[in-house]
Amino acid sequence: MDVRYVNPFITATCNTFQAMCATPVTVGKPEVKTGEDPSSDVSAIIGFSGDATGAVVLHLSFDTAAKTATRFAGMEIDPEHPDFADALGELADMVAGGAKDHFEGLNINISLPSVVVGKAHSVSASKSAPRLIIPCKTDLGSFSVEVGMVMDRAPARIKKLEATGAMS
Amino acid sequence: MKILLVDDSRTIRNIQKSVLMQLGHNDIVEASDGLEALDQYKRESPDLIFIDWNMPNMDGITLVRKIREIDKNTPLIMCTTQAEKSRVLEAIKAGVNNYVVKPFMTESLAEKITQTMEKAKATATAG
Repeated sequence: MDVRYVNPFITATCNTFQAMCATPVTVGKPEVKTGEDPSSDVSAIIGFSGDATGAVVLHLSFDTAAKTATRFAGMEIDPEHPDFADALGELADMVAGGAKDHFEGLNINISLPSVVVGKAHSVSASKSAPRLIIPCKTDLGSFSVEVGMVMDRAPARIKKLEATGAMS
Repeated sequence: MKILLVDDSRTIRNIQKSVLMQLGHNDIVEASDGLEALDQYKRESPDLIFIDWNMPNMDGITLVRKIREIDKNTPLIMCTTQAEKSRVLEAIKAGVNNYVVKPFMTESLAEKITQTMEKAKATATAG
C-alpha cells in the first residue's frame, strides 16, 4: 500500500472523533503492519470496492470502545448495550466515508459496517493488500486504525501527510 | 410537523431525534432502511424526511427517486458519509433539498433543518 494513502484516513479519523465525540486525536507514526494481527476487543470494519479495494478497521479495547460509544451516543453504552456495535460501526463508516472523499477522481464504494466483539481477537485480511497501522490517542483511550487498500488507478490528487499533524 | 428519520444506525437516529426535539419537533417516526421508509412514508405522510445513503435492502438514493416519482414537494435531507461532489450532485439531481455530511456538528444539523423548512415554506407560499 502506498503510504501517501494513509493521510486521508488520519484526517477523517481526527474529524470524526472531534465532531462526534468532542475529543481531539493525537496521531502516532503510521507503521506498515508486519507479522501477527494486532489483538483488540472490538473491531469496526468497513470494506472498499470499486476503483480501490481493501478495508479500514478501527481496533479498540472494551474500555475505550465503551467510553467512545457513550460519548458519541450521548448516553451510557457498555459492551452489552444493543447499540454498542451500531455506534462503533457508524464511527468506522464516518472514517471510511471521510477518507474516500480525499481520493479525487476515484469511484470508491464503501460497505455497510461489520463489528467484531470479543476479547483479544484478531482480524485477518488478504495478504495481497499490505496494511498500515495508525496509532491514535484521545481522552477516551488509545485505539488504532488499520488501513489496507489497493488502488486500481492513482487518484487525481491527494493531500500530503504533513498536513495532518501526525507525528513523524 | 411530522418528521421521518431513515438511517440503519439507531445511534444516528437518536442523535438526530435529540437535535429535532431541542428544536421543538416531537412528532418523529423512524425507519432503518429504504423499504421500511417507503412504507412509513405512505402511512405517515411526513412533512420532512432525513435519508441516509448506505442502508441495507434499499439505499437512500433509490428511496429519494421512488419518493420523487410520486411526491415533488416533501423536503428531503440526505444525511450521509458520502461527501464527494459527484455524490452530492447525484443526490440533488435525484431530488434532495439539502445535504448533510457525516460527521456533523449538531449545530450545523439544526441549521440545515431550519434552512430546509424555511425554503419549503417560501416555495409553498409562492406556489
